Amino acid sequence: MPLIIRKPGILTTVQDLGRTGARRFCINPCGVMDTTAARIANTLVGSDESSAVIETHFPAVELEFDADTTFAISGADFGAKLSRKSVRNWSVTKATAGDVLTFSKKGSGSRAYIAVHGGILCDGWLGSSSTNLAIGDSKLVAGDLIDCESGGVSKDLSAGLSLLPRYNRFPTVRIVAGPEFEFLTASSERTFLTDGFTLTNDCNRMGYRLSGKPVHLLHAREMVSAAVAFGTIQLLPDGQLIVLMADHQTSGGYPRIGNVISVDLPLLAQLGPNDGVSFQLVSVNEAEHLAQRFERELNYLRVGCKLQRQNAFDRS
Amino acid sequence: MPDLPKILPLGDNAITVDFGNVISLELNQRVISLAEHLTMNPFPGFVEAVPAYSSLAIFYDTLTTRAAFPERESAFDAVRRIVSRIDVEDERSTESRLIEIPVDFGPNAALDLSDVADLGGLSTKDVVEIFTNATYRVFMLGFLPGFAYMGEVDERIAAPRRQAPRLKVPKGSVGIAGRQTGIYPLESPGGWQIIGRTDLELFTPEAEEPCMLRPGDNVRFVRRDQLQN
Repeated sequence: MPLIIRKPGILTTVQDLGRTGARRFCINPCGVMDTTAARIANTLVGSDESSAVIETHFPAVELEFDADTTFAISGADFGAKLSRKSVRNWSVTKATAGDVLTFSKKGSGSRAYIAVHGGILCDGWLGSSSTNLAIGDSKLVAGDLIDCESGGVSKDLSAGLSLLPRYNRFPTVRIVAGPEFEFLTASSERTFLTDGFTLTNDCNRMGYRLSGKPVHLLHAREMVSAAVAFGTIQLLPDGQLIVLMADHQTSGGYPRIGNVISVDLPLLAQLGPNDGVSFQLVSVNEAEHLAQRFERELNYLRVGCKLQRQNAFDRS
Repeated sequence: MPDLPKILPLGDNAITVDFGNVISLELNQRVISLAEHLTMNPFPGFVEAVPAYSSLAIFYDTLTTRAAFPERESAFDAVRRIVSRIDVEDERSTESRLIEIPVDFGPNAALDLSDVADLGGLSTKDVVEIFTNATYRVFMLGFLPGFAYMGEVDERIAAPRRQAPRLKVPKGSVGIAGRQTGIYPLESPGGWQIIGRTDLELFTPEAEEPCMLRPGDNVRFVRRDQLQN
């Protein structure tokens, strides 16, 4: 049963957890910017967490449900309304055929996710449905029909607070040292790790250009092109920083002074122009511990949702 | 005995193995051999190996790798040890493929051929002659899906990038940027000097192997009119 896109919003795409395994062909993974939001929303509606979701920016998408559908919204708070009734983020909501989902105001965050029971069904390539804008996949436009399953769980479920990312407009995100970190001057290292940086207007799914006190290496370094990743912090020749996001290219020629750790990428994903960020250095081991802890908590949610659905089923 | 590579984290689910910050055939061969070794003998959690000029990025699923090597301090530590034990000197990589690429060097396709000729004080015929006389190695894929960075271009025709990049370089355009040559697999903005165009599809997203060229391939450009004769 399709969802009907009535208004596409400024940038609305279908994304999953990314087209991994194809970087060697120079195909970047793309995928959702805020993986935590997408995974939690999918888990709540009983979908595989790697199912495709809709990612929308503000002004956001307006869509109509063509059949009874179970969905959840996560990530940014854009004042979601289902046929004019408020919809809570991070909770399961049931739409009936003809209901219209709208987003009324830009509250907090930059990207909201819509997950539906059974996942968004669409043709993918190389094992993923993620939209790759760079090679000509298209964003959603008015009139698009998106396939998804109808029905699904009706049990009122929401995610516990402890699992939700602590979004704020000026987060401290943790990083591990990048391959060229050791070449920073002592004062630049201090600047990098203690001063804050402001997001410029040049911020999109490819990367965020930051502005702040310039940072320098001991010796200007000509680099031959080398790999970069989601979260890589590159140092530009003018001393300013750029953080690569989901649609980044697979290689680059700028020094890589840090990488934002996986569990903190969602904090970054919800920022926009004029927001700020500070960086805190942690060890790889700690980054791995944090990732492991997050997976454990997400698993509690997964098991919890499953049990509750089972109970609802047993009682019916 | 070559220098040991530097192995450093690239975030918490990838490492980079850096053989040196230069473009050299020997280092590039070590990168590709290591990539092939890992792809043929993946460790638990291995996702993919991504070759660049002189470094290899290895992506892995942190939790899978961590769980498979509980005796190690971290997944990073486990992967670092695995990689440092591999002796790529012993690995003779599969034989390089030789790929011929038919190119139209006519005026409609070769947008910058006369500029490249002028820069080198050559005729356009000389440029084509010099360009097609060499065999090029694919060092890495980058910039666009299937875009192969190849080298090395003869000094006499090694024109620098255009002062003003084009907003739209046609698909299939063959370009020169210094000692590098490459083919635009898709229409894209770009600043390389365009000296010809090929009809070959370099990037097919639906295919199992979506890119025609692989790092380590040898490439020769052939004048299309000569092929047809």
